[in-house]
Amino acid sequence: MQDNNEDEYLMLSGIQHFIFCKRQWALIHIEQQWEENVRTVEGQHIHIKADQPLIREKRQNKLIVRALPIKSTELGATGICDVVEFIQNDKGVSVFNSKEKYLPIPIEYKRGKPKKDDSDVLQLTAQAICLEEMLLCAVDTGYIFYNEIKHRVEVPISEENRIRVRKMFKEMHHFFNNNYTPKVRTGTFCKSCSLQHICMPTLMTKQSVSSYIERVLKE
Amino acid sequence: MRKLLNSLFITSPDVYLTLNGENIVVKKEESDIGRVPLHNLESIYAFGYSGASPALMGACAERNISLVFLTKNGRFLAKVIGESRGNVILRKAQYRISDSDSLSLLIAKHFIIGKVYNNKWILERMTRDYPLRIDLSMFKEVSRELSKNLIEIKNATDLELLRGYEGQAAILYNKVFDQMILQQKEDFFFKGRNRRPPMDNVNAMLSFAYTLLANDTAAALEAVGLDAYVGFLHRDRPGRVSLALDLMEELRGVFADRFVISLINKKIVNKNDFFVKENGAVIMIDEARKKFLKAWQDKKQEKIKHPFLGEKISWGLVPYAQAILLARHIRGDLDGYPPFLWK
Repeated sequence: MQDNNEDEYLMLSGIQHFIFCKRQWALIHIEQQWEENVRTVEGQHIHIKADQPLIREKRQNKLIVRALPIKSTELGATGICDVVEFIQNDKGVSVFNSKEKYLPIPIEYKRGKPKKDDSDVLQLTAQAICLEEMLLCAVDTGYIFYNEIKHRVEVPISEENRIRVRKMFKEMHHFFNNNYTPKVRTGTFCKSCSLQHICMPTLMTKQSVSSYIERVLKE
Repeated sequence: MRKLLNSLFITSPDVYLTLNGENIVVKKEESDIGRVPLHNLESIYAFGYSGASPALMGACAERNISLVFLTKNGRFLAKVIGESRGNVILRKAQYRISDSDSLSLLIAKHFIIGKVYNNKWILERMTRDYPLRIDLSMFKEVSRELSKNLIEIKNATDLELLRGYEGQAAILYNKVFDQMILQQKEDFFFKGRNRRPPMDNVNAMLSFAYTLLANDTAAALEAVGLDAYVGFLHRDRPGRVSLALDLMEELRGVFADRFVISLINKKIVNKNDFFVKENGAVIMIDEARKKFLKAWQDKKQEKIKHPFLGEKISWGLVPYAQAILLARHIRGDLDGYPPFLWK
């Protein structure tokens, strides 16, 4: 995704859906389906504080910015960082409207507690890639604040995860360009999926429609 | 399957509907006469002239609650449609099928298979439940004819033929419809379908039931991202929800007709519920309409096992389940559209 076609940019947050289930991602981002459930509403609620783009806080050596729009040409992705803390640092870069030099640290807000899969970590990595590209600096660490434990967890931005993020966005663009919705691969995770009623994961294991009609008509 | 939420029916013509926080508030002459949280609602039907605030319309559009305005007699006037849920890929696939007679035929056939199969089993059920009250041999004969008809439908090679077979099936079924009315025979009879205007009590109720059902199927189709106006069997006509009418075919008999018949047979309605105009046109009085809607809501809550999904769902969700199955077929996840085959 080297060209600068912003219309084709995908949502950064989609990486979460993509890791959870490629079909869920396609239903949301290609077919534009969405259904609220308890989890999605909770998720919106904890973002109320983070989502205040016009507040800029300065605390000693920190500049705290909320709801920062970000993008990456390389990934072909765009999104919003919940919070970015700019820490004063001689090796940092100058940012708009400040005399000092800073290094950015992305902080993502999540409901619940740390997950077993690394979808949160990869989303943060993708944010770091965006910040590096937009500010021309290095981002080697970030944090995820988990609402249930009211605590932030430090996350190193590893080279290995950067590679995975790049690979995933490539695959997403491929699906997106072909309007392709992958078939269901079902699992226990389907039970916690907010799109289960739209996706109907059990459909794929069903008899074919033609045999269904044949059978019923014969009865 | 998701849960079926409630429908709110507004039957007094002189109220105004507004939004207050997360609630719909029903106002009459400046005072609040009712308040319902929106998150409990599937749909809102406003009969007669009722105003609604733009804020409420917006809230309904956002939450996928269908807000429909109808005349006092239940004729469709307008509904609130939000930003179409950008599912342009699904819709384009739908339009491509609709533009092709041969592709339309494959889906249209299944709607009609569903319709004729279900009507056949309505008759079969009558022969089992009331063998002493109906002309058994006639019912069996019609049922056999419908079975033959089903085979012809399955082999139909174009849409015109399919419409022809559907017409034949309708004639057969209508021939015994009147016999399914087992009570209040002098006030309730069926001599054929008439609708503009309905000329007897049964037709007045059928019209009302079909309107409600068409609104439910249209809302279900829009909810899954399909265009309710672009059909496969019914041809495009401005303002007509052709696909909703297509999808409704398989539910007309098994949901609406049986519902109307049971209102009569259980004596929930009687002759005093109807008003005959000077020219013979029949309209339902307001009280009758209220009874009708109450019973309709109860019926929607009843559970049924979905024949294809094998899952227990409420009757009210059947249109939604069928709409999803249709969308999933159009997107290529299913080898065909599975009609709702009831028995």
